[in-house]
Amino acid sequence: METASAKAKMRVQGLNFYYGKFHALKNINLEIADRKVTAFIGPSGCGKSTLLRVLNRMFELYPEQRAEGKVEVDGQDILASRDDVSLIRARIGMVFQKPTPFPMSIYDNIAFGVRLFERPNKAEMDERVEWALRKAALWNEVKDKLAQTGTSLSGGQQQRLCIARGIAIRPEIILFDEPCSALDPISTAKIEELIEELKQDYTVAIVTHNMQQAARVSDFTAYMYLGEMMEFGETDQIFIKPKRKETEDYITGRFG
Amino acid sequence: MSAVTIGSAADHRLPLHRRRKLVNAVALTLSLAAMAFGLFWLLWILWETLRLGVRGLSLQVFTESTPPPNTPGGGLANAIVGSLTMVSLATALATPIGVLAGVYLAEYGQRSWLAAVTRFINDILLSAPSIVIGLFVYAAVVARAKSFSGWAGVLALALIVIPVVVRTTENMLQLIPGSLREAAYALGTPKWRVIISITLRAARAGVVTGVLLALARISGETAPLLFTALSNQFFSMDLAAPMASLPQTIFAFAMSPFQNWQELAWAGVFLITIGVLLLNILARVLFRKRD
Repeated sequence: METASAKAKMRVQGLNFYYGKFHALKNINLEIADRKVTAFIGPSGCGKSTLLRVLNRMFELYPEQRAEGKVEVDGQDILASRDDVSLIRARIGMVFQKPTPFPMSIYDNIAFGVRLFERPNKAEMDERVEWALRKAALWNEVKDKLAQTGTSLSGGQQQRLCIARGIAIRPEIILFDEPCSALDPISTAKIEELIEELKQDYTVAIVTHNMQQAARVSDFTAYMYLGEMMEFGETDQIFIKPKRKETEDYITGRFG
Repeated sequence: MSAVTIGSAADHRLPLHRRRKLVNAVALTLSLAAMAFGLFWLLWILWETLRLGVRGLSLQVFTESTPPPNTPGGGLANAIVGSLTMVSLATALATPIGVLAGVYLAEYGQRSWLAAVTRFINDILLSAPSIVIGLFVYAAVVARAKSFSGWAGVLALALIVIPVVVRTTENMLQLIPGSLREAAYALGTPKWRVIISITLRAARAGVVTGVLLALARISGETAPLLFTALSNQFFSMDLAAPMASLPQTIFAFAMSPFQNWQELAWAGVFLITIGVLLLNILARVLFRKRD
């Protein structure tokens, strides 16, 4: 087992994943450290997004997809859990590649998720919406137009709205699936800054195609290739002194 | 290897380029001609309707019921009210059924055999001639109840609306990107909630448009009412009795030798055309808002 030095929030053990007959993840073992950022890098099709979608059981939406093994959160296996999957997903937020604002006002985009599990009164909800938008560094830009639709915002703002929406339901873990790949450099910088701040309160896992981004935002990095975990360790070590030749080739751009 | 020259010294692109421009010009001309052809008839119909319809139009048309043969005066009040009643009841009855079935097809059934069968039957129903629907309701309801009735008319019209709404609802839901659904599930939203609050909401303009277009279609249908609601020369709100409708009245009056009836028929044609036109414009406006 590859162990990180920090306390583990999530522990993946012997995870195998199948798209129908295709074996997409092969015996993955790793620990995602509490209140740290763990980055997943690797060439397209290596399984990093697939892994992320197992961590909140998103794959279950598609009947032909199947996971075997263990994914523990605080020691409890969420794959075998009898709890309703909604409760599990509420603990593990997810931000997608493309911004996905809901077809409703900015305010309701945030309030929607909160109302799923809580019944706050108007004042409490206002407070929660502001809190989430502040956390996502979006409050100042939208505080005067909370009634406008979420789609009226720019791409970068929409992505931060989606982050705020995730934060508002108070998850413990946030998964980012290439959150900046559709954004310009300035919006990207803002999101990266935000991730840096989020890790004070949340455990973060991020899939990225951008090596510099992984190096900038993460504490731990996992390099994946063809469904296998090639190397996993502290980001500094992976980027400065990778143990495996393949990792070095990928990071330095000689491959991939 | 044959010689491949680099650069455009020989102007080798020109022949194909000229051909492309020619094809483009021909295609554009044909498209414009097709549009002009369609528009010509449409404008002519509108013009005739307007010209002859306005002539028969007066306040009486809305306040008085259809006159007996060869009598001056009278209006279309019973037909207008009958049409509005049956069309709105049919839409109110068919919309929930159609939307629910569309949701099932797009969100639950997807590739199951039940959905495939439903989709197939719905497609047949969608293209079934409306007179077949009318005869079916006649055999199933009117013949058994031994009476023509407004309810039978409502049922026949609803049977025409349902497949249209099923189809548009399914199509509009399928247009919603999967990423939006996933984003909602990622928050821990249960499936029924995702459908009501996210996907149906995102697709509502399209669904409403489908309902409006179906409504426009049944407001002009004569065949399904011929054997079901029949007609009624008196003002009646009793759905258990035969009920007058605009298309049916137009059909009867336009074929008659009486000038007053013919003028009233044109007034009815005018009302239906304007109504359908407004519904179509409303549907367009709603659909455009989406972008």
